[in-house]
Amino acid sequence: MQQKPLLSIEHLSTTFPTHDGLFYAVDDVSFDIARGETLCVVGESGSGKSVTARSILQILDDPGKIEGGRITLNRSDEESLVLSDLSWKSREMRKVRGHDIAMIFQEPMSSLSSIYTIGNQIGEAIRLHSNVSRKEAREKTIELLDMVEIPRPEETVDRYPFEYSGGMRQRAMIAMALACDPLLLIADEPTTALDVTTQKEILLLIKNLQAKRNISVMFITHDMGVVAQIADRVVVMKHGKVLEDGNVVSVFNTPQHEYTRSLIEGARILDRPSSIRRDMRVEKPIKGEILRVENLTKSFVIRKGAFGAKSGETKAVDDVSFSLRAGENLGIVGESGSGKTTLLRSILRLIDTSSGRILYRSRAGEEVDLCKLGTNELRPYRTEIRTIFQDPFASLNPRMTVEQIISEPFIVSGCIPQEGLHKKVMELLDMVGLPAASARKYPHAFSGGQRQRVAIARAIGPNPRIILADEPTSSLDVSLRIKMLELLLDLEKRLDLSFIFVSHDIGVVKYFCDRIAVMYKGKLVEIGETESICASPQNDYTKKLLSAVPIPDPSYYERRGREGN
Amino acid sequence: MLFRKKQTKKVTYENQDYGEVSQVRLIWRSFRKNRLAVVGMVLIIIFYFIALFCEFLAPYDPHIYSSKNVYHPPHAVHFIDRDESGTHIRPYVYKQKMGRDPKTLKTIYSDSEEKIYLKLFAHGDPYKLWGMIDGDIHLFTSENVEDRVFFMGADRLGRDVFSRTMVATRISMTVGLIGVITSLVIGIILGGIAGFFGGLVDASIQRVVEFLLAIPTIPLWLGLSAAMPREWSGATRYFAITLILALVGWTKLEREVRGRILALKTEDFVSSAILDGGSQSRIIFRHIIPSITSHIIAAVTLAIPTMIISETSLSFLGVGLLPPTISWGVLLLEVQNLPSLISGPWLFFPAVFVIVVVLAFNFMGDGLRDAADPYVFMRR
Repeated sequence: MQQKPLLSIEHLSTTFPTHDGLFYAVDDVSFDIARGETLCVVGESGSGKSVTARSILQILDDPGKIEGGRITLNRSDEESLVLSDLSWKSREMRKVRGHDIAMIFQEPMSSLSSIYTIGNQIGEAIRLHSNVSRKEAREKTIELLDMVEIPRPEETVDRYPFEYSGGMRQRAMIAMALACDPLLLIADEPTTALDVTTQKEILLLIKNLQAKRNISVMFITHDMGVVAQIADRVVVMKHGKVLEDGNVVSVFNTPQHEYTRSLIEGARILDRPSSIRRDMRVEKPIKGEILRVENLTKSFVIRKGAFGAKSGETKAVDDVSFSLRAGENLGIVGESGSGKTTLLRSILRLIDTSSGRILYRSRAGEEVDLCKLGTNELRPYRTEIRTIFQDPFASLNPRMTVEQIISEPFIVSGCIPQEGLHKKVMELLDMVGLPAASARKYPHAFSGGQRQRVAIARAIGPNPRIILADEPTSSLDVSLRIKMLELLLDLEKRLDLSFIFVSHDIGVVKYFCDRIAVMYKGKLVEIGETESICASPQNDYTKKLLSAVPIPDPSYYERRGREGN
Repeated sequence: MLFRKKQTKKVTYENQDYGEVSQVRLIWRSFRKNRLAVVGMVLIIIFYFIALFCEFLAPYDPHIYSSKNVYHPPHAVHFIDRDESGTHIRPYVYKQKMGRDPKTLKTIYSDSEEKIYLKLFAHGDPYKLWGMIDGDIHLFTSENVEDRVFFMGADRLGRDVFSRTMVATRISMTVGLIGVITSLVIGIILGGIAGFFGGLVDASIQRVVEFLLAIPTIPLWLGLSAAMPREWSGATRYFAITLILALVGWTKLEREVRGRILALKTEDFVSSAILDGGSQSRIIFRHIIPSITSHIIAAVTLAIPTMIISETSLSFLGVGLLPPTISWGVLLLEVQNLPSLISGPWLFFPAVFVIVVVLAFNFMGDGLRDAADPYVFMRR
């Protein structure tokens, strides 16, 4: 009977030198990983979870340094190794990496070399750590690919990473990680970049492999749903410190720390319709149609050869029709590449459409086809249809102050005189909950959430009627996500807005939207009331999508586990 | 403070502050971490200072010749002066007497006991500062103007190489600057048009650039300079040379500008500006250009040394600037043949200036290029 934990971390501190002094990314962290267990390290971005994992393997990004603490790897009860005493480039440390502890990362494409075949790269990993011939390594590689459920491994072994889909690449990474039978697998947000349906498959795979081979898994994530699905034990981190460490069921049922409670609560709130929205619909019922999209198609032409002859085309948006009513929130969901962002950009006329009509009923009551208008004729409608982009780090000009950014549409249209501008900016900042002092600052002084508030202030500034939001919350942490959605609903109530809300996150859409449109491969496959779609989806893809969404409740998965699902 | 201070303060998540400062401050922060770049910048400032006040900083008039000082070797400067009245600290050199080797009849200089003292802010050769203001005060010169002191020796006409090099700094350093500014104007306009409008316009401009880049530069320059009438004055020639340099130089800047604009065009904040209803000129000048200025400055800094080298090579080949105009290339013209190199190896001193300036520009340009976009690291 083995008593010692596989890995124990005691009082670990990792620092990064910054302009102002030493920054403690990991601050006195201690926890153990037992044999054969899945430990989920959960926390919001910047909580130090990845740095903790990288400290174990001593693969920190450059100025980072382990300041203190002890990391012990117990290969067995008799054989222990203090990793924190080893130099990062020592032979022992190299042996630990890959052989004892393997790691997989968020973005599989950047972890794989694009100029070697998958088989080559996995074979390389095998031959580095064990003394086998090329032929044996290849056989082992095929075996591993088969194990991670990659179809037809004898053929796919000779493919290059770009020929694999995102999910297959992550499977290949897992195969490579398992090549030398590690004792511990560290997975750093391995499913964050994947679609929810692929995420489900990868999580199942990790779970199955772990049960089969009895390895320990340290799984880093920010998603409480994923935690509920796979964890045995949970470590909650915030600001580089461990706040809570316990069994998954007890953490979910009786969270000890305020912060843990807010994380779990946040994940659960996003699974239900917002009460603010429901109350608002009673107070202000949804009115008539305001925007109608008819048979919209956007195809991208593939050109080949020196003279750019047309050789084919892909339809990013394929014959899509829907309408938006005044005072309604319409959610557009679908996985990456389903054409939802292209659809949004077409409606905004940032890109030209191939065919179809976008009929907008303006404030004056007349109906115009936005597709037919030129740059100058579109200008009056630019104030009525506004947008919020996904990435607040890219959508704010880093060289302009917040005041300049927010006042840009007014300056351009000249609708507010110079002297009234400052007052208007202050008013808008107040509406989105930012202090007045923000006006003078540059975007880099703000966090992601605050930046998104600036973007919202810019969007609502010219008194619009429709806001097209492209995943406005996907770059934010859960707690911020809810605050942001509440803010949007509050503004909707005060300013009579309608939203088209593009998202891949079903939870957010359930919370925020009255109706859902599901897109798959450029086509709109299903549209209807949120509740009815979630309760009884008709389309096969919708069914698959909805069932893949992780549910933040470990007992749900325990029941399913017993049922043999 | 120029360099980083030692870090002692403990920064936690609560008090972390990654800046409420403008772009310029952020660029400066990351620029000054690169010590070589800072050293380069200081050197460049010194050289432009020399270029600005070269008449005052040079000890003598660079054009005055004297048969007594033909191929005079450099003087060694002494600082501690012992005489009957005691020991003083004041710079002086031993006067050297010209003589002839009785066997080879070669000119040789031998030390004498006579001392020539150096004086700060002393009256010396008259000059016109910037061709306008009369003056005769030099930063330092010999006590008696007739007794000359040669830090870098004298050339075949007995002119002071040090003074000539100082004065040459003005022409050589500004040829680069003016040439780059000219090519920058062409580059920004054409690059901006190509990048922003794309399509056929872009394609045709790119073909022109490729054509210009395919022409071998030295023969082109040679041809163009040879076509310049010999009777043109120094100033006219100077501007013609900068134009010739700019003619080829703009292509690289055009590509830089075009590339940056292509990348920026798809940025969300530019899309936002379009959605704010801004006109095309507003989007270009208010949103795109400010984002690429720092990159352009870095590119320009790296382009200047190429211009300086080009001017030096052209003048060295005798087709660029011509005497009596003084530039580093013109000075190096003196060492084109082996005999003069043997008689006066110190005539190579201007080359040292060229090397130092070009290295300084490259160090600073590299540093600027790395620091040019301070927001890249905050995106993570």
